[in-house]
Amino acid sequence: MKAAVIVFPGSNCDRDVAVALKRVTGHAPRMIWHRDTALPALDLIVVPGGFSYGDYLRSGAMAAHSPIMAAVTAQAAKGVRVLGICNGFQILTEAGLLPGVLMRNQGLSFICRDVLLKVETSASDFTAGYNAGQVVRIPVAHGDGNYFAEPAVLDRLEDEDRVAFRYCDEGGAPLEAANPNGSRRNIAGILNETRTVLGMMPHPERLADPLLGGTDGAPMFRALAAALS
Amino acid sequence: MPAITPEIVAEHGLSPAEYERVLAIMGREPNITELGIFSVMWSEHCSYKSSKKWLKTLPTTAPWVICGPGENAGVVDIGDGQAAIFKMESHNHPSFIEPYQGAATGVGGILRDVFTMGARPVANLNALRFGAPEHAKTRHLVAGVVAGIGGYGNCVGVPTVGGEVEFHPSYNGNILVNAMTIGIADTDNIFYSEASGVGNPVVYVGSKTGRDGIHGATMASAEFSEDSEEKRPTVQVGDPFTEKLLIEACLELMATDAIVAIQDMGAAGLTSSSFEMASKGGLGVEIDLDAVPVRETGMTPYEIMLSESQERMLMVLEPGKEHIAKAVFDKWELDFSIIGRLTDTGRMVLTMGGATVADLPIDPLAQAAPEYDRPWTPGEKLPEVAAADVPERPWGEALLTLIGGPQGSSRRWVWEQYDHMVMGDTVGRPGGDAALVRIHGTKKGLAATSDVTPRYVAADAHQGGRQAVAEAWRNLTAVGATPLAITDNMNFGNPERPAIMGQFVEAIKGMGEACIALDFPVVSGNVSLYNETNGEAILPTPTIGAIGLMPDVEQSVGIGFAAPDQALVLIGAEGSWLGQSWYLAQVAGRAEGAPPPVDLAAERRNGDFVRGLIRAGQVSACHDVSDGGLLVAVAEMAMASGIGADVSVAGPHLHAALFGEDQARYVVATADAEAVLAAAAKAGVAARRLGATGGDALAVNGADEISVAALKKAHESWFPAYMA
Repeated sequence: MKAAVIVFPGSNCDRDVAVALKRVTGHAPRMIWHRDTALPALDLIVVPGGFSYGDYLRSGAMAAHSPIMAAVTAQAAKGVRVLGICNGFQILTEAGLLPGVLMRNQGLSFICRDVLLKVETSASDFTAGYNAGQVVRIPVAHGDGNYFAEPAVLDRLEDEDRVAFRYCDEGGAPLEAANPNGSRRNIAGILNETRTVLGMMPHPERLADPLLGGTDGAPMFRALAAALS
Repeated sequence: MPAITPEIVAEHGLSPAEYERVLAIMGREPNITELGIFSVMWSEHCSYKSSKKWLKTLPTTAPWVICGPGENAGVVDIGDGQAAIFKMESHNHPSFIEPYQGAATGVGGILRDVFTMGARPVANLNALRFGAPEHAKTRHLVAGVVAGIGGYGNCVGVPTVGGEVEFHPSYNGNILVNAMTIGIADTDNIFYSEASGVGNPVVYVGSKTGRDGIHGATMASAEFSEDSEEKRPTVQVGDPFTEKLLIEACLELMATDAIVAIQDMGAAGLTSSSFEMASKGGLGVEIDLDAVPVRETGMTPYEIMLSESQERMLMVLEPGKEHIAKAVFDKWELDFSIIGRLTDTGRMVLTMGGATVADLPIDPLAQAAPEYDRPWTPGEKLPEVAAADVPERPWGEALLTLIGGPQGSSRRWVWEQYDHMVMGDTVGRPGGDAALVRIHGTKKGLAATSDVTPRYVAADAHQGGRQAVAEAWRNLTAVGATPLAITDNMNFGNPERPAIMGQFVEAIKGMGEACIALDFPVVSGNVSLYNETNGEAILPTPTIGAIGLMPDVEQSVGIGFAAPDQALVLIGAEGSWLGQSWYLAQVAGRAEGAPPPVDLAAERRNGDFVRGLIRAGQVSACHDVSDGGLLVAVAEMAMASGIGADVSVAGPHLHAALFGEDQARYVVATADAEAVLAAAAKAGVAARRLGATGGDALAVNGADEISVAALKKAHESWFPAYMA
C-alpha cells in the first residue's frame, strides 16, 4: 500500500497517523506539504487531525482551498482511498467530498476522551477489519465534532449503508447519553457514495498501540493495508 | 516626548532610590523609552530583586544536570544523547483580568521558553488555584482559564497531561495559573541565549508587534486593587496557530548551523530578549526599530520596545546564513526581519527614522539591577492537634464528603477539555500520581507532576516547603520513575511585608533541604510576588513541577487495582496526624494546627524501596498517600479500577488512622505480600498488610461497605454540577 499524509500548517496528528500506518504496514507514508500541487501514485491519502490554518474562519474551511486539495479531489474521483480523521473529516466536508458539516460541540467545550463506537458497516476497505455491529473504543479530541446534515441527507446515508460509525453505549445502543457532541443520529463517521472516502471524528491512530491503552484503531489500518497491497 | 516627572517614574514602578540609580547610570535624565526599559528590566518579574538572595541557596547541580537556572529553562540528561528541558512559569495576574487569554498566553510563553532551547515540546502541565467555589467570580475564572489552556495547547498539538486544581478563599482576588512545559532535545544541539560575534545579524521572527501587553511585566509586579480590571488592555492575546508554525520553523532551522543564539520574546518583549542576549555575551547591540514588523502604524519606540505581543523570537545568526533562515521562515509564512547587529560598544542603541531614540549601557542596567535583602520574620509555630480532640464521624460519611467535595472531587471536567493524547505517546493519562509520556521512538518515558500543599506552607512554611518537594518526588516514584529535577514556581504575597518575606525564606529553606536529601535539584523556576488584593495575601504557594525518568514504560504501574484478590500493603507509618488535614477542615470544620512533619530520611528510604518493587514487577498498582490520608488513597485506587477493597486499621483513633496525612507513605497492591513484607523488613522500611482487593465495594475492618459505584458517583459529580 502506497500511502501519503497531507500536512497543512497547523496539522498536529500527521506524525501520529504516520506512526500508526508504519506500525501496521511496515512502511512510512509519504508526507505531502500543503503547497504541493501534484501527488505521486497512491493507494491511500490521509487527511490528518489538527487545527489546519488555526481553524480560523471555520474548521477545515481554509484547508479545503489549499493548493494540494485539488489534487486530492482529483485522486479521490479516480477511486484512490481517502481517510479524513477529525480535522481531516472537517476538511473533506468543506471540500465537498463528503456531505454535511461539523458544528461546534453541543456542550460548547473541547472534549478529549475514549468513546464507544458501533461499527455500522464492514462493507468498505476502511471498516472491513471489523464486524458490523461490533462495539469499539476509540478516542475523540475535538471542539467541532457535532455532525449535521439535512434529514433527507441523513436518510440517504442510512439507506445506502454509508454511516460507518455511531456513538453508542456498551451494548451498541446509540443513546443520547453516549453522544459526546450532539451529532445528528449519533453519527461519528460516514462514507462517500463509492465507499472510497471515509470521514470520522474519532482518532483510530490514537489507540493502535497496546501501551497507549488499547488497539481498537489498528484493524482499520490493517484492513486498508490488506485491501490495497 | 513627555517630560520625566516623579509621577511618571512612580507609574513605571521605580522607587525614588531606584530612579537615582537610573540617573547615575545614564549620567543624564532618561527619555521615556529609556525609562520604560529600566522599568521593565528592574521589575520584580524580570530582576528577581527581592528573591535572588534566597533563590541562590537552592541546590542546582547533580551529575545529570546539564543546565540549571539562568537560561530559558532547565536541562537534564536522560541518556542516549537526549535531554529533557523544562520549566514552570506563572501567568497569575493576566489570568485574573482576562482568564481565557491570560491562561492561553501563559501556555504559549512557557512553550517558547522550552523550544527556544532546541527542544520539541512533548508535554504540558498546569497548576491552577482559584478562590472559594461560592465566590461570585470563581466559576467564570475556572471556565475561562480551562478553556484558554485547552484552546492554546490543543491547537499547538502538545498534550496537556497533568496538573492540579485547588480552591481556597485566599485566591478570591488573585488566582494562580502556573504552566509547565517539558521538551526533548539532543544533548549536542541545545541552544542558549548568549550572543556572540561582533557584527552578527540580529533577526526578528514570528508574529508582528502590536500594542498589546505593554507593561505586562510591571503589572505582574504590582498588587491588585478593585480597579485591576481596568488593566485589561495590558493582557496579551495569543495565537496558537502561529506558535505551532514557530515551533516547526525554529526546530527546522535548528537542524542547520545558522543560529548563534536565540531567545524568545516573553515578559518585556524585545527589551528583555535583546538585553539578555547582549548582556550574557558582554556585547552591545544596535536595533533599527523601522525594521521591526509591526501590526499597526504610528507605534512609538516606547511601544515597540515594551510590547508583549506573543509568538515572537529573537535570534543572532551566523553571518552569511541569513538566506537559510529566511527560506525556513518563508516556508512557514512567518515574518522574518534583520533588525540590527551586535556591536562591541556594550551599549544598546535604538534608532528610528534615522534618529537615535535610546542609548543605554547594557551591563549596568542588566546586571546592576537592584537586589534587596528584605526584612523577614519567622512564622509562628502552631500547636499540634491531638486526634483525641477531634470528633469522630462514621468513616463512610467522611469519605464521601472528602472525595465528593470541591478539593477532593475528580478533575475530569477539567482535563477532558485538554487534548492529553496528541503526539501518540501518553502512556499515563491524567488522574494518576504522575503523568507518563513515552520518549518518542524509544521505550523510555518521562514522568511529570506538579505539587504543593499551600495550607501546610501557610501553617509552617519550612515543613510546607519540604513537603511540596517530597510529594512531587513521591508522585514520580509511585509510577516507578527515578526523580530527576524540579522547576519551582514561587507564588507569594507582597515581599515588602516581613511576614510574607518570612514565608518565602522559610519555604526556600525547607525546599532546599528536601532537594538535597532526595537528590532532586532545582534547574529552573519563576517567582511571582505581590499576589495580594486589597492587602489580603494568597496562601504561600511554592508550586513544584518535577520530572522523572522511567527506563522502560512497560514497567510502570498506575493507581488502579490491576486485579481482584491481591494483597494491599501499606508502606510507611500508620496514620496519626490530623493537623491541617482535609478531615479536620472539611469534616470537623477546623482548618488549624501544625501540618504533618516531613522526615526526609524516611521519604528517601520508603520511596527508593517502592520504586525498586515497581521496577522488579512485584507490585501491580501503587498510590502515594497525601491529601485525605489512607482511605482517600485506597478509594482512588478502587475508583480508578472499579474493583473494591477491604482494609483493616486498628489503633485508638480510627479517624486518625484512616484520614491522617502523615508523610512518606504509599499503598501498593501485590500478588505476593509475603515477599514485599520480607523485602521491607530487610530494607528497614515500615510496612504491613493492609487488606485485599476484590468485590465491588470498599470496606473497613470488614464492615460498613460503600459500593465503588457510589464512590465514583460522588467523586465525579461535584465538578460538572458546579460548572453547570
